[in-house]
Amino acid sequence: MSIKQTKYMHLSGLEPLILNENSNFINVGERTNVAGSRMFLRLIKEEKFDEALQVARHQVDGGAQIIDINMDDGLIDGKESMVRFLNLIAAEPDISRVPIMIDSSKWEIIEAGLQVVQGKCVVNSISLKEGEDKFIAEAKKIKRYGAAVVVMAFDEVGQADNYDRRIEIAKRSYDILVNKVGFPSEDIIFDLNIFPVATGMDEHKRNAIDFIEATRWVRQNLPNVSVSGGVSNVSFSFRGNDGVREAMHSVFLYYAIQAGMNMGIVNPALLEIYDDIPKDLLEHVEDVILDRRDDATERLLDFAETVKGSKVEKGVDLSWRENPIQDRITHALVKGIDAFIIEDVEEARLQAEKPIDVIEGHLMIGMNVVGDLFGAGKMFLPQVVKSARVMKKAVGYLNPFIEAEKGDLQEPVGKVLMATVKGDVHDIGKNIVSVVLACNNYAIVDLGVMVPPEKIIAEAKAHNVDAIGLSGLITPSLDEMVYLAKEMERQNFIVPLLIGGATTSKAHTAVKIDPQYKNAVVHVNDASRAVTVVGDLLNKKTSNEYVANLKKDYDEFRTKFLKRGKEKSYISIGEARARKYKIDWNTSEIVKPKELGVQMLKQLSLKELVPYIDWSPFFRSWDLHGKFPDILTDELVGEQATIMYNEAQAMIEDIIARQLLKPKAVFGLFEANSIHDDDISVQKNGKEVAVFRTLRQQLSKREGIPNIALADFIAPKETGKTDYMGAFCVAIFGAQELADSYRAKEDDYNAIMAQAIADRFAEAFAEYLHKQIRTKHWGYDSDETLSNDDLIKESYKGIRPAPGYPACPDHLEKETIWELLEVEKIIGVKLTESLAMWPAAAVSGYYFANPEAKYFGLGKITDDQVTDYATRKSITKEKARKWLHPTIAEE
Amino acid sequence: MSNIQQALQDRILVLDGAMGTMLQQYKFTEEDFRGERFKDYPTPLQGNNDLLSITQPEAIKTIHGKYFEAGADIVETNTFSGTTIAMADYQMEDLVYELNFQSAKIAREVADEFTKREPNKPRFVAGSIGPTNRTASMSPDVNDPGYRAVTFDELRIAYKQQVEALVDGGVDLLLVETVFDTLNAKAALFAIEEVKEERNIDIPIMLSGTITDASGRTLSGQTAEAFLISVSHIPLLSIGFNCALGANLLQPHLEAIANKTDFAISAHPNAGLPNAFGEYDESPEEMGEQIEEYLKKNLINIIGGCCGTTPEHIKVIANIAAKYKPRTAVALSAVEGL
Repeated sequence: MSIKQTKYMHLSGLEPLILNENSNFINVGERTNVAGSRMFLRLIKEEKFDEALQVARHQVDGGAQIIDINMDDGLIDGKESMVRFLNLIAAEPDISRVPIMIDSSKWEIIEAGLQVVQGKCVVNSISLKEGEDKFIAEAKKIKRYGAAVVVMAFDEVGQADNYDRRIEIAKRSYDILVNKVGFPSEDIIFDLNIFPVATGMDEHKRNAIDFIEATRWVRQNLPNVSVSGGVSNVSFSFRGNDGVREAMHSVFLYYAIQAGMNMGIVNPALLEIYDDIPKDLLEHVEDVILDRRDDATERLLDFAETVKGSKVEKGVDLSWRENPIQDRITHALVKGIDAFIIEDVEEARLQAEKPIDVIEGHLMIGMNVVGDLFGAGKMFLPQVVKSARVMKKAVGYLNPFIEAEKGDLQEPVGKVLMATVKGDVHDIGKNIVSVVLACNNYAIVDLGVMVPPEKIIAEAKAHNVDAIGLSGLITPSLDEMVYLAKEMERQNFIVPLLIGGATTSKAHTAVKIDPQYKNAVVHVNDASRAVTVVGDLLNKKTSNEYVANLKKDYDEFRTKFLKRGKEKSYISIGEARARKYKIDWNTSEIVKPKELGVQMLKQLSLKELVPYIDWSPFFRSWDLHGKFPDILTDELVGEQATIMYNEAQAMIEDIIARQLLKPKAVFGLFEANSIHDDDISVQKNGKEVAVFRTLRQQLSKREGIPNIALADFIAPKETGKTDYMGAFCVAIFGAQELADSYRAKEDDYNAIMAQAIADRFAEAFAEYLHKQIRTKHWGYDSDETLSNDDLIKESYKGIRPAPGYPACPDHLEKETIWELLEVEKIIGVKLTESLAMWPAAAVSGYYFANPEAKYFGLGKITDDQVTDYATRKSITKEKARKWLHPTIAEE
Repeated sequence: MSNIQQALQDRILVLDGAMGTMLQQYKFTEEDFRGERFKDYPTPLQGNNDLLSITQPEAIKTIHGKYFEAGADIVETNTFSGTTIAMADYQMEDLVYELNFQSAKIAREVADEFTKREPNKPRFVAGSIGPTNRTASMSPDVNDPGYRAVTFDELRIAYKQQVEALVDGGVDLLLVETVFDTLNAKAALFAIEEVKEERNIDIPIMLSGTITDASGRTLSGQTAEAFLISVSHIPLLSIGFNCALGANLLQPHLEAIANKTDFAISAHPNAGLPNAFGEYDESPEEMGEQIEEYLKKNLINIIGGCCGTTPEHIKVIANIAAKYKPRTAVALSAVEGL
């Protein structure tokens, strides 16, 4: 006779869990059980719910398909803890994707749990222990709440402990549930009590085999039910001998599963593969489990002496711990190891006369080694930032001692103000420079992002700083920097001004900023140069000469640059339009999007974005140059790049596991036609809902080379054809909070790492979404099969240019995208006054699908197009000039 | 087997379209919403569409009539927000019974009139039960994910009041709709089961969820299939989706559940996605074309419209539905639990 089954149990969390005839054993995670885990009990008692959630997450990540949650303990309020924990789990999609097993011996806790879980869960458990009436009442309620149920083999007489009692209670429970309550038979799970074997007591000998045989009977005679149990009980008498326990669990499961046990609580770490169990051990264990010999227990006990759980010790080289104190501190700083720094610093402090001596002695000696290695190109930026982390930790430990002695805190060699300018939110580079300077003993006044000029000026005065560093990533920030240089001049500042950030350049600094300020202006193109530059600027002996040379250098550069600029010639906007990029609209294929209109995407898992990450820019943000993955084996930076890559992977894993970052997107696909050459009219059922203004190349070109504008890729209205375009915004939320949480722990290294990773995720998200658009939502390339490399190389059909970037440097068009897609309302991404996106890890842009659409650089435009653009957009020419400023050719 | 179950086996049933969209055309003022009875009511009442069943019953009656005229088999009562929880916004908790009772009565009268005229095509009234404006499994406070603005019991009690009034008013079936949090729906189903048991009656239940995200999940994060599993413990007349998406975008989600349940399948999509002005502007013909795709694929037993749909839409949909046979997977064996 075989197992009777015509219907199968369906459960759900955020995702379904469906049993069928091919289902494997369902593993129930049970570390979130206060009765079974002392650690979990402590976390709940101390109300450390965040950590308790981690336990749940580990279970799910480790493969648990259901998680059992139990709060039955005399010292906690079980009902309140159950509700609170389940509510918190509901907010964690990576946990709540699996069904919940609400585990309690108290009905009020079970019912409170059932009232807060949206999915179909399992109640664990009910039984006939207190009679039929209670059993029926509870089963009826469970059915009405919509849950499956574990029924314990327990009745008014007691717990079933042999074969006959197990089947007697199971049969009676089943009949009541199915016939009197109308409970779906496929939603019944029997727990037939797994008890220990090899206890030395004769009445326990058949504990395993009776369970297995009762399981067989239940599955053959009670249609559609499941059988479950807690497996580790069976090996209870071999606690401390994991080798034997692992084998016992495997053997027990091997036979129980054959008999029809289809779910249960198993610790995967304590499970040997059946076929891998050594033959002699297997024989002894099977004798015990299957009760094959009278002396089975004694024989296994004897044999167990020879079986040892094998544990491999991981080798970490700690030989440097034997070295003298200075060597240890230097080693820790150079290698960026913070594990022992407190004890080493404490040892040094006890030896030193004053605590300050440890900073000025031991730690500075170590940092000088770091500085020398960095200067010699033998250490790289990420390593220096890690050194800074160790240094900060050491200084943080020493400061209270120094203050207690009323001694002076260490005198910084100079004070530097750092700020990302008004309207801009990007600060990775600025943060790296701050950290590098700080660990070279400069005091840093970091004003953060979006700092208005008045504040920079006021703070610079208040702190009496020795230098000001400005950072920015988007083009409007360049004007902010020019404005600030003017203000510094007007207010008679004399301190040097440092300029950095992705859009800044030596050219812009020399041509636009330097002339505004009589004193030193330096463009610092990478963080590693910052220390030398600031050192030279603040060195009293040499600074005058250095600054004079700098001014001269920039002056020459400016003259050369302006001359070069004049050699280029431009054509009028009218001529440029006549030379537009021509697509043959009679033959060009226009694909109508499958899904017109605006949609959002908020439930995506970061996991899906990982394969789309382009790593090369990640290394670039740390001044490690090279192409991924070659950079990992690069002769010079390979080792460091590999370390960083592995650390980034670990952080990504943590971010995913703890849902620390949240991707959100909004996108829309619309009817569109180009109008008046350079504009794109966006329509909904023929009604215009927005107009995108594109800019056209004006550089004079060879015959046959077109002057392109993005509008050229959309069919003109005159063709009478309906064409289409899209717009999107993707963003990664939570990076700021994550970075701040690291900073609160004095860990700038991981703070910067978190921001860099969030940026990578945003780019990956844009890539992912573009692919979804091409293959699904628009569907013009539904059979595309491109690798990530191809994606990074942009081998796909169609483009996704972003306002602010070469094809459309005009940031103002973001406002149009924001209105069209209601970006802020739908996903909460804001635009600053300089039209930077907040959160900073965000990408927005357009979609063009025409196979001929391609990326291009606008180059410079001339005044006639600016005037024309202002008219088209109904804005003043001043406003147009202000925003297009960096792209306007010099007169 | 009730009348509607019989009708479901014979043909695809047509549900009505949007009530709100039709009411907008009346451009009712604050005074119109108040009527004589509430002229001194302390809170602003404009926008409380459910209240119009009391203050502007003729308008509600006319709209029901237009939908039946257009070919609908089922109209929904004007009670989408008819719970104490949703009515709290207008301080009208005490009016909940009357609102539901009157709304049911109006729809009942219109339905009976049409059934009398065309006895071979009986018309039905579905008591509309909305999601309320609170969620039982999500926190409205981003800083406190464990917080809940409403409990299961609060929802259960509120839904129970609404259900009792709707049943008293004479509805043929109940429609728990626009479910964006499955736990809210489970509370509604729990309440309905209680009423059924206490009154020893049976009343068919339609349940309709809402997929809000392009990844195909409900607002509370469930996939379509997980949603189906979470509510299948109650014998439903039908399950399906409405609102948030237009007909074409709804199709994959209907496909995701259609062959996984014995319940009938329903859909009442929006007239497309909202345009940049928040308006729905898909024409009846455009929507009809997309819906015809469902029917060709044998996905549907009950079809209608949600936001932005009008009697013109329903007319087109009814004409198309008449050409197709209903989805056949319906065994009605799902009612075995009774």
